[in-house]
Amino acid sequence: MQSLGTRRVYHQNDAVSTLPLYRSAPPLEVRLEDFEAFAVDRLRVLKAISDGLSRGKKPEEMEKLVEELWKTHMKQPKLSEAGNKDVISHFVLRLVYCRTEDLRKWFLSMETMLFRYRFKLQSPEAQRALMADLDLPYKAVNTAEFESVKDKVSQVARSIVQPPPTEDAKFYKVPFEEVPELVASRRVYIHQGNAYVAMNQVVSLVVTQFRSFLSKALILTNRKWTSSIKEQEKDRLTPIVEELSTSYLGPDYSQPRESAEISLKDIDHLAKSSFPLCMRHLYEKLKEDHHLKHGGRMQLGLFLKGVGLNLDDALAFWRAEFSQKVGAERFDKEYAYNIRHNYGREGKRTDYTPFSCQKVISSTPGVGDHHGCPFRHFSEENLRAALGRMGVGNRGMDDIIDKVRNRHYQVACTLTFEAVHGSTCDAGINHPNQYFIDSQKVLQSKLLEYMSIKDAEETIILLANISNCEPAHHVKQKNF
Amino acid sequence: MNPGEAENCREDMEIDGNGPEMPAQRHVDIMPDGFNANYLKAYYGKVFPHSDIFKWMCYGHDGKHPGCDPTYLSRREFSFTLDNDIYLRFQSYTSAYELESSIKEKCPFKIDIGPVYSVNPAKRHAYAQTGDNVFTPVERELIFDIDITDYDDVRFCCSGADICLDCWPLMTVAIKVIDTALRDDFGFIHILWAYSGRRGVHCWVCDAKARRLSNEQRASIADYFRVYKGNENSNKKVSLVGPVLHPFLARSYTDVLRDFFEGKMLLSQNILSTEEKYEKILDMIPDESVAAELRGKWQEMRKAYGSKDDINVVRWEQLKSLLCSAKLKHIQGLRRCIEEIIFSFTYPRLDMEVSKHMNHLLKAPFCVHPKTGRVCVPIDPNNCEEFDPTAVPTLSQLLQELNMSGSRADMDDELDRTSLGRAVRYFRSSFLQPLLRSCKEEIESAYNSRLQQSKNNLSW
Repeated sequence: MQSLGTRRVYHQNDAVSTLPLYRSAPPLEVRLEDFEAFAVDRLRVLKAISDGLSRGKKPEEMEKLVEELWKTHMKQPKLSEAGNKDVISHFVLRLVYCRTEDLRKWFLSMETMLFRYRFKLQSPEAQRALMADLDLPYKAVNTAEFESVKDKVSQVARSIVQPPPTEDAKFYKVPFEEVPELVASRRVYIHQGNAYVAMNQVVSLVVTQFRSFLSKALILTNRKWTSSIKEQEKDRLTPIVEELSTSYLGPDYSQPRESAEISLKDIDHLAKSSFPLCMRHLYEKLKEDHHLKHGGRMQLGLFLKGVGLNLDDALAFWRAEFSQKVGAERFDKEYAYNIRHNYGREGKRTDYTPFSCQKVISSTPGVGDHHGCPFRHFSEENLRAALGRMGVGNRGMDDIIDKVRNRHYQVACTLTFEAVHGSTCDAGINHPNQYFIDSQKVLQSKLLEYMSIKDAEETIILLANISNCEPAHHVKQKNF
Repeated sequence: MNPGEAENCREDMEIDGNGPEMPAQRHVDIMPDGFNANYLKAYYGKVFPHSDIFKWMCYGHDGKHPGCDPTYLSRREFSFTLDNDIYLRFQSYTSAYELESSIKEKCPFKIDIGPVYSVNPAKRHAYAQTGDNVFTPVERELIFDIDITDYDDVRFCCSGADICLDCWPLMTVAIKVIDTALRDDFGFIHILWAYSGRRGVHCWVCDAKARRLSNEQRASIADYFRVYKGNENSNKKVSLVGPVLHPFLARSYTDVLRDFFEGKMLLSQNILSTEEKYEKILDMIPDESVAAELRGKWQEMRKAYGSKDDINVVRWEQLKSLLCSAKLKHIQGLRRCIEEIIFSFTYPRLDMEVSKHMNHLLKAPFCVHPKTGRVCVPIDPNNCEEFDPTAVPTLSQLLQELNMSGSRADMDDELDRTSLGRAVRYFRSSFLQPLLRSCKEEIESAYNSRLQQSKNNLSW
């Protein structure tokens, strides 16, 4: 950064509490290099939170993680400077992450998560002050009413293994819509549309408010960005902003791989050699049942799209399976729509991106479903059997299971990759399509050794043949 | 839904009933009872309660009150499946006349109801030109879809799309559990249950508050109801942790599930009668030695069973007394085991995705199921035990009834002469009328408060 040009950006009115609500951008002078450096530091925090979540860390572990991350990346020598860095970095990233639906969604959940745990780390006084700042219209339940629900409230507390409320415990009575996360996990007593929220749960209320406020703010920021800032700042901030979002989220595999489209006849080989377990399982179930429920069709369908299956082949592929079960006619009528939809040819016409590990891990497969992450969603017994079928030996198996028990699902998948391919995967597995590409790379280099040729441009498609021990000349023939 | 919420609103849709189905059921097509386009035309012409559906979908906005929103109905998506498998999405109507004549003219095999959008869905492309993504769902009933095919691992009488009076009570139980919670816990009032025409039930929660829930809030309610977590890839189907159950689960268990399981299902499904069946239950016992002890007893019993007591009941009592016995108190996980077994077998299994998103379509009540010819009639949750899916009027039966009694002009009278009369009367008196009363009040009070607000603004 050559320019040391300073610029009026934000004003400071949240400095009283150590946790700002980021209501308005403060008028602060910011050096251009701080603009970027602060944002990168905050991104490190958000990215690590995202990783923590996809590893299935428990709330207590997350709390500790956030505390440490904040100390490591956001600390400044002076308290006021730390406050400024917090606010500045937040507003810079707002600019960076306001620009598409996906970016907004990611930023919104990570910032909300960060806010949640930082709120929990505040003193009770600071928490109350923040609630007052947010202007939450809720009053504590009075004694008479508390008596009437005390039994039920205690029952809920016991059901989630918490001590029953004391006589002077404070409860807030709020519409259930305000605390969706407490409702979803049955952590509150709900009666006639109202949830009875304990003092130690108010973080949910606060977070809901924070989230909805930030969500609206991001939409507004986006409007401002497209209407004026982007053009005005095209020589200075715009390049930084655009760089920041792409450099950190990693590839989303929404565009099929440049190197090759795959063709229908290769899928079978590829599934055996280069699909991660989640996709391999879906693929095998599809072959077996000639059917997959919606979640499975999405997960596998988008993955195949990312791998390079074009729409026509995708339709042919799914039709070939489904028609054995429901008939070709019903397939065309009821299922083809979804497949075209995935390719952005129907409905909103959005080109959907393949699911990342985080999304796969956080899904909730139900009866008859086969999607999700096998490392998380399989029983140990089923997982062992599945890994065995992939060719994982006993020694590797125990390591993998050990990771699974500690809920390091992506690490377990990485170890599986290494066991199956006999080579290391330093970056770790973050995306099923990354697994596929890395697998192809490994197999390609093996193929090169095997065939002793340098020019492998056109061979990549048929790498799977190695695992089937087909002779090299066969591979060549198919290519020409 | 909060219009600013940066949620990914997928314009995703799934068509009702795309679960795995056996090709075998296709033969139902040629049932003697018959379903064909001509019958359907007569049904839409003489029996289908057009005006009731219209009034429902207007939610009071068809009135003369200045607070009514005249665009309300026109923003609702209807979707028709026609005879020749043509699927028409994003139909919209501005009047009762338009809706009725479109149905009569197109004679859809199925009518689906979608959400109310921000703009008329038929004109969505015109709005899309403006670039700002304004075409988005803004209101939608909270809906639930329960399908008996999802119970195939716990019913042994039928499978797939078949139902009988032995397995149907599972649906009755689902209605009771969900209906009570929707009313007592969530405080909803205007709830319509309907038979889906073949193998399940639909639920429409129509309170204003319910219609405006965001996707996240919908998901939270669906998750509140979720107990059943596993599938065939993971062992455990139901996992109940904690020293006591949440009040909602405890109530469902003591009021509905336990009695149903012990009093009915144990016998009707012969849950412990054979080795294959009881192994399923033994699998759910987390302690291998306990399971082995029971297995031993039960294998022994099979050799010489002469008692007049039902074998299912006897074995269940043995299981219960062993699991509750003092010597096993210390074993982790056994405490909840009986509850877990009962929940696994009886607790409602919702199709979660249907409830979680505003843009899911759901078949309208009073449609006729093309495979069974049965009408999707409302079910009274207070008397849901009495509902018999095999006695639901079919298309051909209704037309016969009409023919038998000659033709008269009065429409309502016509309906009353068919066996659908009772269903329509129930729909009106127990669901539609109270709903419309609430809607009117809400429109008035919203209007008055707006009026008050603008007065205040003027006085500044």
